[in-house]
Amino acid sequence: MKLFLAAVCTAMFSAAALAEVVVSDPWARASILASRPGAAYLTLRSDADDRLLSATTPVADHVMIHASETDADSVARMIHLDALDLPAGRMVRFAPGGMHLMLMGLAGKLDEGASFPLTLTFERAGAITVGVPVLGVAATGPEVEP
Amino acid sequence: MNTANNTGGLRPIRRLLWATVAGTALAFGAAALWRAFTPSDLPAPRVTGEAAIVNSYSLTDHAGRSVTPDSYDGQWQLVFFGFTFCPNICPTTLAYIASVMDILGPEADQVAPIFVTVDPARDTVDVMAEYVAAFHPRLIGLTGTEAQAAEATANFRVWYERSEGADAPDGYLMAHSGYIYLMRPDGGFDTVYREGDQPPEALADEILMRIERDERS
Ligand SMILES: [Cu+2]
Repeated sequence: MKLFLAAVCTAMFSAAALAEVVVSDPWARASILASRPGAAYLTLRSDADDRLLSATTPVADHVMIHASETDADSVARMIHLDALDLPAGRMVRFAPGGMHLMLMGLAGKLDEGASFPLTLTFERAGAITVGVPVLGVAATGPEVEP
Repeated sequence: MNTANNTGGLRPIRRLLWATVAGTALAFGAAALWRAFTPSDLPAPRVTGEAAIVNSYSLTDHAGRSVTPDSYDGQWQLVFFGFTFCPNICPTTLAYIASVMDILGPEADQVAPIFVTVDPARDTVDVMAEYVAAFHPRLIGLTGTEAQAAEATANFRVWYERSEGADAPDGYLMAHSGYIYLMRPDGGFDTVYREGDQPPEALADEILMRIERDERS
């Protein structure tokens, strides 16, 4: 029995070691005006239960994980999340009008066609850095960009 | 995080809309509510239809001209309230309105897309000019004094709040209602839409249908 438990533990640890988060379709909207916050979007999928703890980028002072909540009276409010749960196997999408990474204190305007690195830190999967292309102000996502 | 509301009791647009369809008695109630929140020195409001939404304001457009709803007389008006520090909902909705205008093609001439700021202290005429131009050449940006903006939001039953937060740019973030208002060419309130509820093609179709119906009658 003890042996069996030990085996289970080993199995769990190796699963943790293999835990992987796939970050896809990152993009940010171009800035129109200087000194305004920006927004970046992407899709996350983790093999194992994990949590997005933080995001950082050299182009912004800090990055906040924001959900967007619209109440019954259609009032839209941004909700700051300290961490974002990633249930195993579930696609978590950041998208315009919804969840976004808010880029506060941008060093400069985000120009269409540029790109910047964004490092996401996960509880189990550790740090993952992706390149984020800056799309047009009217973009709705990387696929539909002409 | 402290929140401060603008004008109390303006939240329930939805409920007011329901109230108006529910019956005359409730509509009278909404009218009383409207009177309660309307300063007496406003220009004669254009009360239309059964809804409590009143297309009345006195603001400055992004070219620096003083405007009222009369300035857009004869055009359907798509009105959206937001602010330029809004990184997510506002650009998304304005880009959506811009694609509706593009889809409308030549009929877009009969539509005035209007973006009204709820943050006039930061969204000056020059800021609005640069901002609206990024979305569509026809997009109109309206700003004014705090009092003028408050009057416009009150008349449209737009609810917004200011949240003080250390992380927020300039110390505050704002929440606001996400409705796109459709006003008729006579200035009367027609209906409300939300960006996420239908693709831009569907909203363009809705507007085209109304334009055609008007032309037939
Ligand atoms: Cu945000």
